[in-house]
Amino acid sequence: MYSAAVRDHFANPRNTGSIEQPDGQARVDSPVHNDRVDLMIRVQDGRLAEIKYRVLGCVAAIASSSMTSVLATGLTLDEALALTPEQVAEALGGLPEGKLACSVLAPEALRLAIADYRARQP
Amino acid sequence: MCDRIYLDHSATTPLRPEALEAMLPYFADIAGNSSSLHADGQRAKQALDAARESVAEALGATPREILFTGGGTEGDNLAILGVTEALKQRGHHIITSAIEHPAVLRTCEWLETRGLEVTYLPVDADGIVDLATLRASLRPDTVLVSIMLANNEVGAVQPMAKIADLAHQHGVLVHTDAVQAMGKMPVNVDHLGVDLLTLTAHKFCGPKGCGALFVRKGTPLEPITYGGHQERSLRPGTQNIPGIVGLATALRLAINELPAQSTRLAALRDRLQATILTSIPHVKVNCAAPPRLPNILNVSFAEVDGEALLMALDMRGISVSTGSACAAGANEPSHVLEALGLAPEWLQGAIRISLGRTTTNEDIDDVLAALQQDVPRLRALATGA
Repeated sequence: MYSAAVRDHFANPRNTGSIEQPDGQARVDSPVHNDRVDLMIRVQDGRLAEIKYRVLGCVAAIASSSMTSVLATGLTLDEALALTPEQVAEALGGLPEGKLACSVLAPEALRLAIADYRARQP
Repeated sequence: MCDRIYLDHSATTPLRPEALEAMLPYFADIAGNSSSLHADGQRAKQALDAARESVAEALGATPREILFTGGGTEGDNLAILGVTEALKQRGHHIITSAIEHPAVLRTCEWLETRGLEVTYLPVDADGIVDLATLRASLRPDTVLVSIMLANNEVGAVQPMAKIADLAHQHGVLVHTDAVQAMGKMPVNVDHLGVDLLTLTAHKFCGPKGCGALFVRKGTPLEPITYGGHQERSLRPGTQNIPGIVGLATALRLAINELPAQSTRLAALRDRLQATILTSIPHVKVNCAAPPRLPNILNVSFAEVDGEALLMALDMRGISVSTGSACAAGANEPSHVLEALGLAPEWLQGAIRISLGRTTTNEDIDDVLAALQQDVPRLRALATGA
């Protein structure tokens, strides 16, 4: 049912944990499934130097959080804002129907963390 | 199931070798149509008759009261649609419970679109239907009460004899979906007092695609499919003789082994439950209070997603479930656990571990060791702790 890439990112999620003094952070909750993603970023020279997250959710939620962090690390903030759940799902070799909703959490948390970073700038 | 640890016996069970062996001659060697007059047909008919007698005896019924079907879903559909059609002049109200299998719930919902009224009885935190609520729900136009004997997700066993007694006092027929209960607890149609009872072979190590419906003598029932005279024209179509032989063989063996197996499985389940509770914090056993089936443990882990835990165990070669396999992938909370009134965190972190006759002590040790590693790992992912 799940692709090899989804299984890999679920079994060995990349960039997990938190950043001690993040430049931006956000939490997204999914009220329906009790899922949540807590995401933190460190910004250097206008690029995402580091992304860390905590995730409570299904296989798709965990794998898409991992893949979001992998795809977005190194991007400029505007490039990262353009990252869509569909791109994350595609990079994972697709997600089962009905699981696309679970891949929305991490890109949304990333978008909000970047907004949080920008709001903190003088 | 190869070298994997299969702990999903409530979803289905592996065919037992004795049933397979009993079935084999009826695929090619004795392959007549049991409705044919010639010797080939009559040999198949003999097997059909013997199987019907054996199933009837197992249930405390007479052979004429047993209809062979294509499985649990078909049996539930035939019972509910067949009785409501037969009694449509008498009334348009049926009563069921909120925790039924989709084979019953979706059938009832379809009947609602055809103008029938359905009452879905709530259950308490232990998954049991309240008799006072049932009594209050019975109306002059009620034609059927359909309540499962044992629940497939949590194992809760309903007070079926009392339910049937109450319904009969109001002149209402009673159907029970005994698909999960069969082979896990004593099932006798007279002790239960039911008028119709559904069972399916693959839940007690028989073949898939073959079931039976008990229909008490005199119970009004219309067919839902039309064709030949097989199964008293109530389930027309050439009978699945290998499947029926396999069903009867597996059922006879399951009932012979029931006292020993139910004690053995309850002990394994209780050890599993007790060790989980003492070795992993923030755990809730769902429907822990008896009466429940001896082989099902439904347990919720806070700050873990059930599907994620299922997959983590799967990667170690252990098969469990998040609820009913029919709902898997739907990504919706279990309607059974919701009906128990579970908080969202417990709904999210629930898995069902269901044991069977092939389950060993070592299987329990292995799933415990896996849970003791995977639950903390997934929690750390969620909390960073």
